Amino acid sequence: MASAAMDMVKTTLDWVTLAFDAPFARADVFGVRIGGHLFVEGLLLVVIFFLLSQKSYKPPKRPLTKKEIDELCDEWVPESLIPPITEEMQCEAPVLESAAGPHAVINGKEVVNFASANYLGLMRHEKLLESCTSALEKYGVGSCGPRGFYGTIDVHLDCEARIAKFLGTPDSILYSYGLSTMFSAIPAFCKKGDIVVVDEGVHWGIQNGLHLSRSTIVYFKHNDMESLRNTLEKVTQENKRAKKLRRYIVVEAVYQNSGQIAPLDEIIRLKEKYWFRVLLDESNSIGVLGSSGRGLTEHYRVPIEKIDIVTAAMGHALATEGGFCTGSARVIDHQRLSSSGYVFSASLPPYLASAAITAIDVLEENPDLITKLRKNITILCKGLLDLRGLEIVSDPQSPIVFLRLKKSTGSLKNDIQLLEDIAARVLKEDSVFVVTSKRSTLDKCHLPAGIRFIGVDSWRLNVAGYNALVAAAVMSLAECTHVRSTGLLALHSCHAQANNTPWCPQIVLSNALQYPDLRIYDMLSSTYAIPLSHD
Amino acid sequence: MIAVPYLTALTTYFSYGLLFVFGQIRDLFRKIPGCCRSTNLQGYAPICFGNEDFYTRRLYLRIQDCFERPISSAPDAWFDVVERYSNDNNKTLKRTTKITKCLNLGSYNYLGFAASDEYCTPRVIESLKKFSPSNCSARADGGTTTLHNELEKSIANFIRKPAAIVFGMGYVTNSAILPVLIGKGGLIISDSLNHNSIVNGARGSGATIRVFLHNTPSHLEEVLREQIVEGQPRTHRPWKKIIVIVEGIYSMEGELCKLPEIIAISKKYKAYTYLDEAHSIGAVGKTGRGVCELLGVDPADVDILMGTFTKSFGSCGGYIAGSQELIQYLKYTCPAHLYATSISPPAAEQIISAIKVILGEDGSTRGAKKLAQIRENSNFFRSELQKMGFEVLGDHDSPVMPIMLYNPAKIPAFSRGCLEQNVAVVTVAFPATPLLLARARICISASHSKEDLIKGLEVISQVGDLVGIKYFPAEPNKPQLDEKTVKLD
Repeated sequence: MASAAMDMVKTTLDWVTLAFDAPFARADVFGVRIGGHLFVEGLLLVVIFFLLSQKSYKPPKRPLTKKEIDELCDEWVPESLIPPITEEMQCEAPVLESAAGPHAVINGKEVVNFASANYLGLMRHEKLLESCTSALEKYGVGSCGPRGFYGTIDVHLDCEARIAKFLGTPDSILYSYGLSTMFSAIPAFCKKGDIVVVDEGVHWGIQNGLHLSRSTIVYFKHNDMESLRNTLEKVTQENKRAKKLRRYIVVEAVYQNSGQIAPLDEIIRLKEKYWFRVLLDESNSIGVLGSSGRGLTEHYRVPIEKIDIVTAAMGHALATEGGFCTGSARVIDHQRLSSSGYVFSASLPPYLASAAITAIDVLEENPDLITKLRKNITILCKGLLDLRGLEIVSDPQSPIVFLRLKKSTGSLKNDIQLLEDIAARVLKEDSVFVVTSKRSTLDKCHLPAGIRFIGVDSWRLNVAGYNALVAAAVMSLAECTHVRSTGLLALHSCHAQANNTPWCPQIVLSNALQYPDLRIYDMLSSTYAIPLSHD
Repeated sequence: MIAVPYLTALTTYFSYGLLFVFGQIRDLFRKIPGCCRSTNLQGYAPICFGNEDFYTRRLYLRIQDCFERPISSAPDAWFDVVERYSNDNNKTLKRTTKITKCLNLGSYNYLGFAASDEYCTPRVIESLKKFSPSNCSARADGGTTTLHNELEKSIANFIRKPAAIVFGMGYVTNSAILPVLIGKGGLIISDSLNHNSIVNGARGSGATIRVFLHNTPSHLEEVLREQIVEGQPRTHRPWKKIIVIVEGIYSMEGELCKLPEIIAISKKYKAYTYLDEAHSIGAVGKTGRGVCELLGVDPADVDILMGTFTKSFGSCGGYIAGSQELIQYLKYTCPAHLYATSISPPAAEQIISAIKVILGEDGSTRGAKKLAQIRENSNFFRSELQKMGFEVLGDHDSPVMPIMLYNPAKIPAFSRGCLEQNVAVVTVAFPATPLLLARARICISASHSKEDLIKGLEVISQVGDLVGIKYFPAEPNKPQLDEKTVKLD
């Protein structure tokens, strides 16, 4: 038995050896002898191919049935559209019953208005009202169409030419709303992949424009040229391909959120060194800075050709609505087709465009408006210099005088609440209307909040009158901040009596009442009445 | 959906192909250094690379004279178009002092408030003297006057919603409201042909955006079911909220939205609805209250109603109407309310007066007459155009009627041909519409008289024959029937 098995094995082995030694099992490839393992390798290859051709195991797909989808849809519960209304959401803004000029009427009382950005006092100017009235009678109110489809009225073209002539640029383009100017102009130039270096204190319009443009955004510290230089250096180093990318610096001339002025000469030097284009927002500086009101470029004596794109909202010094953008012909022509706020929106109402033309005419004829504004700002700043609890953080030449809390309460929300209380009290008791900085939930600006005093050039107040009003504001503010920051109570009676004529209020201040168990606050204890007259 | 005839599609593609080839050849010459001046600054990357502005330079500039035509009077039924000339092949256009009086078939003047109105204009001038052209400050600061509060109450009353908030520009209304209402983790489902302002607002919000086929409620339901089941992209968490955005009248199609079905579906799946009535408020509906009234939908069923004042009220600005809490929340946090200058007081007064006229509160029946007139005018014009053989889009009762042109060469031909005969029309092409579907858009106004419309029809028919856009067979002319339609007026 064993020997038979042995014989069988021997025969098989012999057969196998034969197969391996058979002529076909041997090959001569390029002079190298290959043995009989070709057969085994061939078998291996067949097995490999067989395995590869098998599909990998996938668990079978089972799509959801209609019933399951219905169940899921029924189970899903959405959040409510808006969060629950809290108390702070219910405060309403004060309602004006007259024009928002230097004196306005709120709740039947006449107040001194430091809240409207009417820098040159052009709001109730006769020439402006005249040109608006004639435009209204000729063209009606609205323009009934976008610029591309019969919404271009000759006043728009005249206004654009006038602005370009005033600022000394080749061309300009008009937008129908101040806020939309920046957030339409930026996406037209900054595309995906471009690099934009922007100040961290810019207002929401610019932030939204940058977000829509999808370019790479790098922030630098608010108005800090050292930080800007470092950022530009870093950005240029990182992007070796930077020659092909478009690069922009976005700054505001006078920052809405802090009242500081951007040092344009330094920015131009950096821009030329690192090959960046500059986008400047001159909303608060047109008509204010510079010897003839031509803005930041005149203030720093920089030729306006060096700034690539200048935008501005006209709702400030020019006392009208809308915005414009100015620059080289290439820049402006590009916006006429690719700026969404220009192409897809109705154009500016013609009476506002004619108001803008008249405002610029008035400004050019009366450059002394600017000197008066500056004088008023100086008086205001001097008076507000040493308040307890509040400090001025804005530039001394800026038309927005920005007061910030010396010691913050810790959270932005509480700061804003405190400042609003101060403003409300000042309005109620002393008829001085100031505003605090507002922050939307969408705003990414982290600058501290403050109270804004907008310096107004009022051609109805003389210097003495202005002094007195500032003194009243100062006292009421000082009193409020003292009360809050030291936590003591001090009762004070201070009342203002208004005369009947719209521009001659009298302010009567009386002594503080003394209370035995409370610390007394030292105040100016004068009683004086100041009639204010026409200049 | 528009079915383009094969021959037309072929010729349109061929035309665009030809223009493209010629444009590329010219661009080749531009690349040769020294061949032409470069307008870009040396050393800086150009504002537009290579092909980014190819369309502008090579296609749009050829027909630039058909767009941005300046006018020198109010955009009423007849207006003065300023003539322009060009010395450098349409690259720059210069104004002349010559004007031509033309019939206005292009401005958004649905109820005829564009020009000086006997009731509105004196009140506007009064408010101008009282309040000045601008408040120079934001609503939340010192820009709220009694006029603004009155306007908000008036518009809320008109729309039949509890409260409203008003902004100075319609475009900004959409762009600034959507980011406030919805953010990351939310879903926006919008119609495929929605306006650019809605698209911008949706992008600015950071929410995920999905599109459903234009005016197709069944596809909307499909998209909703799919999205609720899938959840947020990648994490598959359930959506925080879903907003469905549709428009009342689509400005490039003239179609009305299928509102009842869309509202029903949105309610079933617990999505919020946002209706943009830019073109339909004041223009449709028995008393001018928009598509809700026309289609029998209760305004309380729509969560957020938005509209603009530019079209039917002859003013500027936009509004949002909704519940008291919604408006209070928006006043607290919307950036357009907190930072942007408030709406100009004379413009606000114009809207208040226009609403009074429409509702008949001024003591006359002019409002009702205007509403009946625009309805009659639109239906008459549309039916006549269809009888002549034009391909007209849009629904019955809608004052917007696009006439299909298709070929790119017909766009300037039609526009210039009509202007020579003193009729001003608006032509729209790529990129506002799909590439193949260029069109001329007519906007009818209540201030058009019957003679104006007949003159317009004559001219359009003549130019249409010349240009070759009567794609459908014309109905045979029955002279006695025409006489009858004229006599009935």
